[in-house]
Amino acid sequence: MDLTYTPAQKAFRTKVRAWLKDNVPKERLKSYDTREGFEQHRAWEALLAGAGYSAVMWPKDLGGSGCDLTEWLIFEEEYWAADAPARVNQNGILLLGSTIMEFGTPEQKARFLPRMARCDDMWAQGWSEPNAGSDMAAISSRATRQGDKFILNGQKIWSTRAIFADWVFGLFRSDPTSSRHHGLSYILVPLNTPGITVRPIRAINGREHFAEIFFDDVEVSAENLIGAEGKGWHVAMATAGFERGLLLRSPARYQRSAQKLVDLYLRNQADADRDHSIRDAVLRAWQGAEAYTLSSYHTVGRLNKGAQIGAEASTNKIVWSELDILINETAMRILGQRAELIDDEEANDWLEGFLFAQAGPIYAGSNEIQRNIIAQRMLGLPKS
Amino acid sequence: MDFTFTEDQIAFRDSVSRFLMTEAAPELLRDIWETESGRSPELWAKIAEQGLMGLSVPEADDGMGMADIDWALLLQEIGYYALPDAVTDTAYVAVGMLSALPQGHAARAYLSQIASGSCRVAVGHPTNGTVADAANTDVLLMAQATATGLELHLLTPDQCEITALKSIDSSRRLSKVSWTATEATRVLDGAQGQKVWDTAGERGALAAAAQMVGLAQRMLDLSVDYVAQRKQFDKVIGSFQAVQHHLADMVTKIEFAKPVLYRAFYALQHNEADLAVRISHAKLQCSEASWFASRNSLQVHGAMGYTWEVDLQMFMKRAWVLDAAWGDKAYHSARLTQGLLRSPNAPVGPGATFDRESACAREFSGQAAIKNIAEEVAA
Ligand SMILES: Cc1cc2nc3c(=O)[nH]c(=O)nc-3n(C[C@H](O)[C@H](O)[C@H](O)COP(=O)(O)OP(=O)(O)OC[C@H]3O[C@@H](n4cnc5c(N)ncnc54)[C@H](O)[C@@H]3O)c2cc1C
Repeated sequence: MDLTYTPAQKAFRTKVRAWLKDNVPKERLKSYDTREGFEQHRAWEALLAGAGYSAVMWPKDLGGSGCDLTEWLIFEEEYWAADAPARVNQNGILLLGSTIMEFGTPEQKARFLPRMARCDDMWAQGWSEPNAGSDMAAISSRATRQGDKFILNGQKIWSTRAIFADWVFGLFRSDPTSSRHHGLSYILVPLNTPGITVRPIRAINGREHFAEIFFDDVEVSAENLIGAEGKGWHVAMATAGFERGLLLRSPARYQRSAQKLVDLYLRNQADADRDHSIRDAVLRAWQGAEAYTLSSYHTVGRLNKGAQIGAEASTNKIVWSELDILINETAMRILGQRAELIDDEEANDWLEGFLFAQAGPIYAGSNEIQRNIIAQRMLGLPKS
Repeated sequence: MDFTFTEDQIAFRDSVSRFLMTEAAPELLRDIWETESGRSPELWAKIAEQGLMGLSVPEADDGMGMADIDWALLLQEIGYYALPDAVTDTAYVAVGMLSALPQGHAARAYLSQIASGSCRVAVGHPTNGTVADAANTDVLLMAQATATGLELHLLTPDQCEITALKSIDSSRRLSKVSWTATEATRVLDGAQGQKVWDTAGERGALAAAAQMVGLAQRMLDLSVDYVAQRKQFDKVIGSFQAVQHHLADMVTKIEFAKPVLYRAFYALQHNEADLAVRISHAKLQCSEASWFASRNSLQVHGAMGYTWEVDLQMFMKRAWVLDAAWGDKAYHSARLTQGLLRSPNAPVGPGATFDRESACAREFSGQAAIKNIAEEVAA
């Protein structure tokens, strides 16, 4: 155990910090759930990509910086500490990008990844269907093979930012005789293909956060198939692993929120201390963010030594989603009556965080599903 | 940056675990409970043979000269097997105190005796209202408050009046100790003694925290075994989701307490500036994991879990009592308040977890408020 950074890691931190200091937009960007905000975020991420920072762990020739996991953690610490904008293309870069890196052909990597890193293409995730939420193996949208094409029919739902995105990656049933997780294929589809209709759904904050996507005889080239035909479940589970595990939610994000919470508490201490359980919640928020960070570094250390991380990723998902609720809920308690005010900028940031935190235990595989996975795969208990 | 244990550390942990699995099986521990002293000299001798008693004793004093980090995994095993606590107080806490004495100090002679297994030490740390194993010890280390700090005194049992107290945990042997500080018993004066007592308190807190994680893991394992064989409604109860979720939550709490614990051991070994915060965090997080594990384990065991016969109680009780030992929850959360909310250089925010000199200094509006609190406290 050696918990000091190497000179090279320190130098990397210094370099990243300096770049962010010079480049992070001075004006806050608009919400990426609006057209204008979405384009602002796209421009920011293109700038990031220019420095190799939009997907730091990707190889340089694909638009990254070739960082290892420890450098990634350092990058994220600097990124959140600098209050740089939240990432709008993480579905693409973290989920699909990681998947293509693992399952894509060399042609697919060269075709999709550099464009993704620059945000030339923005990606939506098309997994959920009206009757296939937690039970994703119930997917019924079809992909019918015709020579070197697939014809897609069916419906996806809850697809985040699909109204602004350029592409969607989704799971389709390509073997009509199959059931459950067999016979599914993982296919990439341009959203401007004829036959696609994207209909926005307003989320709890009133904005058009996600969308339904309808496929009506949509033709797509078989070159857009990731992994083997009919083996899409296997590919998707790897993506889900990235989503729940280390990458989607880097710990620095919660450390920064906890830091802001400490700050908010200190500035409102006289009022907040009317209820001593608030101070306790602030301390617990710090503890949770720190424990999550330490766990991530521990996992990275184990991965560096060749360990495989499997179902344990599910514990991560539960921890970050519940931590996010604790942090934001505590801020709401400190703000008291200010908390509801939409025009109060500081209060509204927390309110938006509070609202989004409510979704954490639902998306990326609900926390109940994660608990099932832990019990059945880590502890070996039988299915009911 | 490498936040993992070496293969040697893991191998040593595994060998201690195999040893305790047979030598400290629950039925043997129950037999030991029934004895007058509650302690087994044979078991103690075997533990010493394993080298555990001399682990932290400097090599010059016939020990292995290992550091704090080396205890992080072992203490979890000691918790997992609910080994009576005199081992940790003697081999980890007391050895740390005696090793801090200047070379040539007469009291250092105890170190090699501890390593060989022929000397037990009881530690009367001020955070503990009682002294563990005082009735069954060779030497006592006691604290005496003075204007300059806590003096360190070394006594033999015949120099004290020892009154046994009963604990709900039958493996614990607690006493009230009355004694008089004299020039002859004094080992260190207040200024020097305070430092030694402070570090002893940190070691004791971490030893308790690590054992609580081990205990939580044991309770989880016992529960998994139980729910996999107990049937209701024609099915094993482990197939019911409500039961599975109780256990899954235990896994999560345990897994996220461990790295906090390891970080704290490292902070202690390297005498880091934030060590009080790291150690209190570890104590709180580990105690939460173990209390949560005992609550959920009892629930999934049904009425069986409420009996004397089922082993679960041995581990639950140990977790309950260690929670208040070496600083209770109130003590450790007060230290966190101090270190995080009242300190101008608190380890808060991204980049503050390791290698603190490289963390960016950030201007916080909270700093003004901290100053106010500091002034308030001073006034
Ligand atoms: C903000 C947000 C963004 C999203 N973005 C995307 C996206 O970009 N792309 C995409 O494809 N999807 C997206 N989703 C959808 C998300 O993946 C699903 O909501 C999720 O999988 C749950 O499915 P459901 O909503 O149909 O709930 P249901 O499956 O109907 O579940 C309802 C409740 O029942 C519980 N439940 C269901 N089955 C079980 C079981 N076996 N055991 C125990 N409890 C169970 C669930 O845990 C939940 O509490 C998003 C969702 C949200 C909230």
